[in-house]
Amino acid sequence: MGRYVLRRLAQAVVVLWAAYTLSFLILDLLPGDPVTAMASAGMDGGTVDPAELAAIRAQYGYDDPMPVRYLTHLGDALTGDLGNSVATGRPVVQTLADALPSTLQLTAAALALAAVLGGGLALAATYSRRRWLRQLLLSLPGLGVSVPTFWVGLMLVQFLSFRLQWFPAFGNEGASSLVLPAVALAIPTGALVAQVLAKSMLTTLDEPYVQTARAKGAGRARIHLSHALRNASLPALTVVGLLAGQLLANSVVIETVFSRDGLGRVTAAAVGSQDLPLVQGVVVLGAFVFVLVNLVVDLVYPLLDRRIAVAGVRRSLA
Amino acid sequence: MTDILVTPVALAPPAAVPQTAVPVRRPRRLVRFLVRRPGLVLAGVLVLLVVVAAFAPGLFTGQDPLVGEPVEKFTAPGAAHWFGTDELGRDLFARVVHGAALSLKATLIAVSVAFVVGGLLGLVAGFVGGWVEDAIMRVVDVLLSIPALFLSLAFVTALGYGTIEVAVAVGIASVAAFARVMRAEVLRVRTAVFVEAAHSSGARWYSVLGRHVLPNSLGPVLVLATLELATAVLAVSSLSFLGFGAPPPAPEWGSLISGGRNYLGNAWWLTAMPGLVVAATVLSINRIARALDGEWAAAR
Repeated sequence: MGRYVLRRLAQAVVVLWAAYTLSFLILDLLPGDPVTAMASAGMDGGTVDPAELAAIRAQYGYDDPMPVRYLTHLGDALTGDLGNSVATGRPVVQTLADALPSTLQLTAAALALAAVLGGGLALAATYSRRRWLRQLLLSLPGLGVSVPTFWVGLMLVQFLSFRLQWFPAFGNEGASSLVLPAVALAIPTGALVAQVLAKSMLTTLDEPYVQTARAKGAGRARIHLSHALRNASLPALTVVGLLAGQLLANSVVIETVFSRDGLGRVTAAAVGSQDLPLVQGVVVLGAFVFVLVNLVVDLVYPLLDRRIAVAGVRRSLA
Repeated sequence: MTDILVTPVALAPPAAVPQTAVPVRRPRRLVRFLVRRPGLVLAGVLVLLVVVAAFAPGLFTGQDPLVGEPVEKFTAPGAAHWFGTDELGRDLFARVVHGAALSLKATLIAVSVAFVVGGLLGLVAGFVGGWVEDAIMRVVDVLLSIPALFLSLAFVTALGYGTIEVAVAVGIASVAAFARVMRAEVLRVRTAVFVEAAHSSGARWYSVLGRHVLPNSLGPVLVLATLELATAVLAVSSLSFLGFGAPPPAPEWGSLISGGRNYLGNAWWLTAMPGLVVAATVLSINRIARALDGEWAAAR
């Protein structure tokens, strides 16, 4: 078990480093010029003195050759310094840390909702004996993954805020402002969870041990909930892990829809003003969240299925 | 989003190519297949309509998408204006129809970029093997660990705004899924007996690759490409909703939805209609992809 954990931790660190490097390369090698962007951001279309440009370049280290810059920045990143935002001059880490709590709140609420809705839908569909009901329930997720998230958000605002006035349309005060964005965000994720869980429930229910349980006289509910669900939930858990990054990314769009403060606004503004350090910070943060959630998922696996930890150790020894 | 949704589907054992069917009976089989699936037919018709709208918008509407009648602003959907009119009196249906060209172009560019770059990476990784494969697949793993939207946003930051830039950014963000599926297929085909036979009868590596490996490993990648069309429509419209797509007067689907945002209270159709069109398109593409992915082969 210890070996398993260590192995997963090492992988996580490598992936993070690689994500940092990749985002550095993307933002560095492609033809956007950060210094010109910076200069024009401060000057509003006025001409920029070349000497001044050179000074700014030197100040931010953009006149160093690329490998030197990369190593300097990587060294800073290792000590938790992702540079300063070009637009505001504040440290990137600080900016992200300020924006994150509100976004995490939204993402967590959406994730919980997606798990409950998606899981409930899958269980209801596989539990149902009526063919038409099962078909209906199983076709809902396909709809859920096809609608644009931001459009669902806007439609919710339209009907539940403007027409019925049940929930506030904008801002992030109080729990009631969290409801609509969380629902909009939960729909695509919940739909995927439902698809995967329903599929694996159906395969699991065909397993011999389910037949054994049935032969021993266990009730339908008991078989579904306590025998099949535990084993069938592993693929769904994997999907939740893989979806974590997507959920965070979608929340950027949803925050824009609902004008909520958070990572979304920071990201949209950063891309808008070509704020390279901040954009890179967001990318790295995305990878960090993805890696972290998947680390947690990897550590939960063995609790659900003891065989995985053993197999993991064996693989690492081989 | 793509990779997660798609990988298990596309990695499934390749659908048996319906070569067993006698060629003469094929049309009848197709008719029977379609008659039993009215939803699939509807999906096909819808996608066809979108494609036609992209190439010949004049067939659907004679109204100008960019110039409106100020007197008719905020007309609710009706016989004269199917989707209503916007704040400048422009016909929304005309804007959606003309927007199809922009959105379809972006989608096709995105999928082509992902298909070509990802396919090549996967092909090289699977065919060459060794450290090349390791290196490529590690990069692909990293691409998978960065949320697609963030990756696209990083590219948009570097490339600038515009339909093509957004399309390329979306395409590169979905390279990883293609590389994975392509590599898995090449690995599967490479060990097949006929490939070994080709090698041992003295065929050059490029002819083995071109005549045996590539044609036999392309199927699942093409299914993935179909699914990716749907994802790309959504991704492109998200980015143009955020305002990184074509500049304002252009009627891109995503920007149409975001344009209606300010009039949610008095003109619901400005957001609802373009959104419905996007949703219906994505749903149709997904339905067709599902039919291609095994449903056709499974139906006898």
